[in-house]
Amino acid sequence: MKTETRPATGGQTSGKRPVGRTRASGGAAFALAVVLPPRFTPERVRNDRRYRTLDKYRFIVGFLALPLAFYAVFVISPFLQAIYYSFTDWAGGATANFVGFDNYVKMWNDERFWASLQSSLLLLVVVPLVTLALGIFFAYMITAGGRHRRGQAVSGVAGSSLYKIVYFFPQVLSIALIAVVWQQVYSSRSGLLNGLLGSVGLEGLEQRWLGGDYKLALFSTMAVIAWSFVGFYVVLFSAAMGAIPKDIYEAALLDGAGRAATFFRVTLPLIWDTVRTGWIYMGIQALDAFAVVLIMVPPHALKVTPVYLYERFREGQFGYATAIGVVLLVLSMVFTLIVMRIGRRDQIEY
Amino acid sequence: MGTNSVNRRDVVKATAAGLLAVPALGSLTSCATGGGEDTKAEKGEKTDKNPLGVKKDAGLQVYVFNGGYDDKYARFVSDMYEKQYTKAEVDQKRTERIATQVQPRIIKGDPPDVVNNSGAEMMSISKLVKNKQVSDVTELLDAPSWDDPDVKVRDTLVPGVVEMGQFGGDACYQLNIAQTVYGIWYSDRMLRDTLEAEYPKTWDDMLALCKKAKKKGLHGWTYPAGHPRYMFFSMYAMFGQAGGRKQLDAFDYLEPNAWKTDAVKQVFEAYEELLAKKYVLTGFDGKNAHIEAQTAWTKGKAVFIPDGSWVENEAKDTTPKDFGMRVGATPSLDKGDAMPFGTLYAPPGEPYIIPAKASNRQGGLEWMRMMYSKKAAVNLFHEVSSMPVVKGAIDGMKLPPGVESAQQAVKAAGDNIVIAFFKEWYADLWRVDFDAVVGKFMNGETSVKEAMNAMQKAADRTAEDPDVTKIKKS
Repeated sequence: MKTETRPATGGQTSGKRPVGRTRASGGAAFALAVVLPPRFTPERVRNDRRYRTLDKYRFIVGFLALPLAFYAVFVISPFLQAIYYSFTDWAGGATANFVGFDNYVKMWNDERFWASLQSSLLLLVVVPLVTLALGIFFAYMITAGGRHRRGQAVSGVAGSSLYKIVYFFPQVLSIALIAVVWQQVYSSRSGLLNGLLGSVGLEGLEQRWLGGDYKLALFSTMAVIAWSFVGFYVVLFSAAMGAIPKDIYEAALLDGAGRAATFFRVTLPLIWDTVRTGWIYMGIQALDAFAVVLIMVPPHALKVTPVYLYERFREGQFGYATAIGVVLLVLSMVFTLIVMRIGRRDQIEY
Repeated sequence: MGTNSVNRRDVVKATAAGLLAVPALGSLTSCATGGGEDTKAEKGEKTDKNPLGVKKDAGLQVYVFNGGYDDKYARFVSDMYEKQYTKAEVDQKRTERIATQVQPRIIKGDPPDVVNNSGAEMMSISKLVKNKQVSDVTELLDAPSWDDPDVKVRDTLVPGVVEMGQFGGDACYQLNIAQTVYGIWYSDRMLRDTLEAEYPKTWDDMLALCKKAKKKGLHGWTYPAGHPRYMFFSMYAMFGQAGGRKQLDAFDYLEPNAWKTDAVKQVFEAYEELLAKKYVLTGFDGKNAHIEAQTAWTKGKAVFIPDGSWVENEAKDTTPKDFGMRVGATPSLDKGDAMPFGTLYAPPGEPYIIPAKASNRQGGLEWMRMMYSKKAAVNLFHEVSSMPVVKGAIDGMKLPPGVESAQQAVKAAGDNIVIAFFKEWYADLWRVDFDAVVGKFMNGETSVKEAMNAMQKAADRTAEDPDVTKIKKS
């Protein structure tokens, strides 16, 4: 291992002895020092200039080794294996033949893949926008949307603390449960939604929500994903808005800013970092959408790419399925980079 | 001590170095394709009482799919096995996720001895055959049967069981235990009392009957629109009736233009007329559609429903006592039909496999031999009310009305039992493609021609897909 010889930083000085003299005899002792506590390390080694570097990295490695090993075995290595298998024709047997880019060429020519990707990309674009916009709006109403009370620059609408809890409810339910419940709500003949529309005289708006029409199924899916995540963003953005000092609001108020101006000129720029993080997270959730679509939507109405991937696995086309998985990984990364890029603004510290 | 000055940059550097070292680590961890070593299968001496040469004290592991059938019927067989081989222990496990539980063990080369490969998460049997991961069970089929040493096991089984296990050769890799009867299900009471009619033997009679029902405020048909592939249960035998076995072979062997024949067109047009005249009660969407549609049917809102023989058990909570559930064979389209009225889509189902590397393979075969005994077959019927594939096993017993009519339909069909092999071999083509195509067709979104073209396109894609293992005509 190459050792560093740059001068030590920090207050203490050590390593008076020239390095060259110890090198011959010090090699073995030095290697031993890696595992020895400083107390038992020979003076000669401890005074070595390189020992400081060793001691420092030993310290870092000490607490990083275990989590990194876990991360490597359970996250990185499956990723790498998946990338490897995407270049094979593995069908679940003992052999996987290397087939180069065949799986990717097949994907390029696979209409069903493109149809599923269209749905996934529409979800990726629309769902985060809707969810975040709603989340920010509700959060703003909760923290700063109320009437001005005496002595306070901003306050939420009446009952805001209750709303915060209610909005969060869907987040507590498991996604499978949400999908099952909404499947019943959307039911054409016995569903709550059509029942409500009928009872208020809007029979004309009743739909076969999941009855096979692509646009309706897409809309229904988007609504459920947005509904299930909006509460999380209300809480996230309320926290971010709560961290903005009140005196900034007071200053804006003195300058005669209304609610809209306060929101766009003060609140939004100050929570922008949180919005960007939320956008990335929500985008990845929308690109996935696996559980909701698999459980709630009949496959002939709508299919997203992760569900298509799952079907390839079910058919024993593991090589092809992993290739689709790799494409999804790349898509998530590209999306993240784009959002990071277009969302970059100067950070405002307060 | 205290000489460490650790800053953030150092930590990030160390982390990055650690992660860069991972590829090396990744190659060390065993890959999923790493094969297991060949293990020697346990074998005992072959005798008249032990024709398969079971090692009497070897343990046996059985995986049973825990679905609508539960696993009690299999425990009965396991108990038989333990009674026969008192020193052997049968470790029977149940799971809803056969692939998750069993596939890794098959890949590793340490599989259970018997696997009930069923349910939504079943392993692709064509892939297992292609990968040589399942045993050929010909040895069992030629062994003397449990009940009568003079009769081979294969001769005790209804037609179709052996064929369903063959994948383009003589070897048999899969053993089904229960026969499903597909067709048009109806209430005998409704047909006789409310409509005062006989079951229609031709499509014209069917249309006339639906017209009569409409006048009484009833829908002639219903189907689960959320699972439109249910239409296959009444369409398939009609394809056979219109086009003969040649047509059905063309589907199975993915022949060019198999879905563009006149026979296919006639069948689709028959259903188009049913839809056009608004005889079909629709709107059962979503994943629970089959239950919703069946409930509407048992409550008397519609006369006919395309379904399989499990419907009697599945709908028993909503079925009135005097309902008189019956299954009817599909009506003939016209006099020029290639196969007669009575042709029945009745394949054996609920497959079992013996993995190739099973350590107690002989024991697994013996377990299946016991499953095919009359005793176990009758027990299977008592537990799950399905017709066992053992010939004559439930003859003379008092049967529920649905099963009884299914029995009669099978007898009436005689040699005209048809089986959709492509549905098993190319599951995708049926479960995904047929579902999507017929879904649109039944919604009135596509014409007969468009539906036929879409199916042909899917069949052609399957034929060309290098990832799909093709079965050749033997």
